[in-house]
Amino acid sequence: MTPPTPTTNLPQPGSTPPELLRNFCIIAHIDHGKSTLADRMLQLTGVVDERAARAQYLDRMDIERERGITIKSQAVRMPFTKSDGDDVGTAYVLNMIDTPGHVDFTYEVSRSLEACEGAILLVDAAQGIEAQTLANLYLAMDADLHIIPVLNKIDLPGAQPEKYAAEIAGIIGGDPDDVLRVSAKTGQGVEALLNLIVDEVPAPTGDADGPPRALIFDSVYDTYRGVITYVRVFDGKLSHRDKIKMMSTGAVHEMLEVGVISPEPVKADHLGIGEVGYLITGVKEVRQSRVGDTVTANSRPAAEPLGGYAHPNPMVFSGLYPIDGDDFATLREALEKLQLNDAALIYEPESSGALGFGFRIGFLGLLHLEIVRERLEREFNLDLIATAPNVVYRVELEDGSVHTVTNPSEYPNAGKISKVFEPVVAATVLAPSEYIGTIMELCQARRGQLVAMDYLSEDRVEIRYTLPMGEIMFDFFDALKSRTKGYASLNYELSGEQAADLVKVDILLQGEIVDAFSAIVHRDNAYSYGVALAGKLKELIPRQQFEVPIQAAIGARVIARENIRAIRKDVLAKCYGGDISRKRKLLEKQKEGKKRMKMVGRVEVPQEAFIAALSTGDGPS
Amino acid sequence: MNTREGSSSDGGRPFGVYVHVPFCSVRCGYCDFNTYTADELGDGATRATYADSAIAEIRRSAARTGARAVETVFVGGGTPTQLAAHDLVRILGAIDEAWGLAPDVEVTTEANPDSVDPAMLATLRTGGFNRISFGVQSAVPHVLKVLDRTHDPERVPEAVRWAREAGFDQLSVDLIYGSPGESMDDWRRTVEHAISLEPDHVSAYALIVEAGTAFARKVSRGEVVMPDDDETADKYLLADTMLQGAGLGWYELSNWATGPAAQCRHNVLYWTGGEWLGIGPGAHSYLGGRRWWNVKHPAAYAQRLDAGESPEADGEDIDADAARLEDVMLRTRLRTGLDPQGLPPHAHLVEQGLLEPVEGHLVLTRKGRLLADHVVRELT
Repeated sequence: MTPPTPTTNLPQPGSTPPELLRNFCIIAHIDHGKSTLADRMLQLTGVVDERAARAQYLDRMDIERERGITIKSQAVRMPFTKSDGDDVGTAYVLNMIDTPGHVDFTYEVSRSLEACEGAILLVDAAQGIEAQTLANLYLAMDADLHIIPVLNKIDLPGAQPEKYAAEIAGIIGGDPDDVLRVSAKTGQGVEALLNLIVDEVPAPTGDADGPPRALIFDSVYDTYRGVITYVRVFDGKLSHRDKIKMMSTGAVHEMLEVGVISPEPVKADHLGIGEVGYLITGVKEVRQSRVGDTVTANSRPAAEPLGGYAHPNPMVFSGLYPIDGDDFATLREALEKLQLNDAALIYEPESSGALGFGFRIGFLGLLHLEIVRERLEREFNLDLIATAPNVVYRVELEDGSVHTVTNPSEYPNAGKISKVFEPVVAATVLAPSEYIGTIMELCQARRGQLVAMDYLSEDRVEIRYTLPMGEIMFDFFDALKSRTKGYASLNYELSGEQAADLVKVDILLQGEIVDAFSAIVHRDNAYSYGVALAGKLKELIPRQQFEVPIQAAIGARVIARENIRAIRKDVLAKCYGGDISRKRKLLEKQKEGKKRMKMVGRVEVPQEAFIAALSTGDGPS
Repeated sequence: MNTREGSSSDGGRPFGVYVHVPFCSVRCGYCDFNTYTADELGDGATRATYADSAIAEIRRSAARTGARAVETVFVGGGTPTQLAAHDLVRILGAIDEAWGLAPDVEVTTEANPDSVDPAMLATLRTGGFNRISFGVQSAVPHVLKVLDRTHDPERVPEAVRWAREAGFDQLSVDLIYGSPGESMDDWRRTVEHAISLEPDHVSAYALIVEAGTAFARKVSRGEVVMPDDDETADKYLLADTMLQGAGLGWYELSNWATGPAAQCRHNVLYWTGGEWLGIGPGAHSYLGGRRWWNVKHPAAYAQRLDAGESPEADGEDIDADAARLEDVMLRTRLRTGLDPQGLPPHAHLVEQGLLEPVEGHLVLTRKGRLLADHVVRELT
């Protein structure tokens, strides 16, 4: 390993000639070693010394660590002195822009890619490319990025570099021999990769004298500094003396600070063409500094924004309710705080007959939902019930009016409906070819339509389906994984909508509809859905002091029924002698358990029942 | 016998002594009480030296309580009759010496029908024991086998006869219902058998799967299947009907007696806020608002006492809230019921037929007895 590059005579932020800059990102599937490679690069360039290197430096949040994914991107400026080629000894600046790696954050990925000229396609040499990586690769190719294909983990015994190099070459074109082979873990090949980035990734270009234009590719809330906005400058320069203007809204903000991250924030006078860094403006909510927006100078505004700005719409809705009704205010405050850091999070209060007061919350996808829910419970110490997530339906009524339904309980009466449209996704599954049959079976069962199937290599296929988004909400990915022994990977993106024969299935406890259990399902699946959910609730709802009939119904028509008999015995008829403490503790525990029950009418329903409503799919659980 | 009036320092609360005998010939799979077979004991604790340890603890404890007349003594286990009768009598003598037994003291020992003989019963009776409680559990061999009980049900009437001949007028029978494989008819036979012994007291407890027992492991492996709660409820009602018919009325939801005099005063003391000292390994005590318990293992217990140290393992102060909770928890289960004064709203429990007013108190109905834990949760 080379010693850290000396830090004297390095190009300084704001005055780095664009020809010495290289902006790149790493496209990789989780577990394929992106963070390890990033760490290794930080060490090799002397930005982080080995002893101080916190493992996986770029992943900041606990949840990210636990789930092994990166949710928010960051950008690190690394000085690098060429160690081979004609320009050996020249000091360059590499900006590594980290990208989120999950299907829910496609828009953020696309903005990160837009900030780069090159992308490293990092693939595990023992596993090959995965569906999400492929999807992000296509995004990068659409954005005209120069792709550097790299196989990682070549030190692993199970590595098959020849096979997967051929696969990659088949996808991006070129010669399998051009696929670089590295081990991020041992450092093998990483220096060669840094040299290759300088050689192959184009230097940024732009209009140095024009009005400044910078792309926001990330926006993070910091407790002490307010919102930290990450930008890539395309034209002109942004100075710390400027007032800046957000081009989507025209809002003007003071500039408090500009700088670069290396790996801690370093202040600068300004950021010039091609440079990547941060702005602090005193803005307190990330919504005021949205990813994809263009920043310009208020004194000398650009005429046109950079292209591609979009406002990501929530695709999945779920109701979140505090188990303890007194926590409603705490939940509201918690959501306000989360929204400071999550521009995609939208919510509005709603009330449920069964669950009381809560919020209907819109998410980018299921992972986003899980993350938000976990953060609410963990960081704000809330006990929450989440209703089954649902997609957004567009309903045309007989009277010609059109309604957007984000909550099944607001689904209009069947008699009034003329047409219902459901969102559909373009899904891509990559898997060993032996699983083609089982994957197709699963997709058919979920009302999927086969679009295409291509062989990536002799024994790996790419299967593309159009699937109703509502059908992949519950457990599609789990079912896919378990049917393919974990080998299949999945990516999907919203591709439009289709008319469908959908009905609302209600669940009634003691004759009363429990709105939180209502779901919109395809008519063909309504019966089995109703039977399964009623059966599951019978198992999960403890016997009460009275009989509790459970019914599943479409409108007034009951399609399934179960009965929870009244409890007859609830007594520990045991003599504990003098050990009364034990008996008291048992009672206290029982009382605690009762507190975690939600009263639905007179019926005590445990939290698990609401969770179970999410998993009544036909997949193995 | 040395007798003494109760002292004034106790606020008039009745005072009892519990002696825990931690030995059994066989470990029953379902049992989670603190008891050991000879093989499990290890060094430093034997049946022969146990009485000396217990007596040492009694003498230490006397200093702690000051003078108080003992109104009830209960020797339980384990299997007290694993000890020599004269050892049990020696222990009782030490209690008398330490505090003094009240003139009408109730002195109970538990007994396994297998491990008694006429001579030992006579020794106990003459030595001051006046109540005996036989662990009969079931009259049906296949049920006894599931419970790992070794006694021959045919021998029980003989043991009972010997006890009567020795002069034990107060005689109780312990039963367990709801064992795997026990039919309704099996249970009926067991209750009939118990009634035929003409006890003045019957305790019947539903079998509980206690975590960590061999029995719990069998259940979790599916080797035995617990009956469902409805069937167990039916068994309770059957027993209640049959015992009532035989002149045994319930006074606590798992205990029946021929009249107030036949009730187990020691247990009533537990349930009505009395105070007691627990002697022996793992025994619990409750005195002056504090509850504590001894080290569990007999060897550790013996070592502590040999070294002149207290065998107390840990304890807790029962604050007003906990005391109130315990009081409702325990009194709810008694036929004397609860004083409605100061209780949280409870009209719904009366409407639902779980509680009924009797002589100004609230008492569990038959249905309510089966749902007593629910009632307690509603009232605390």
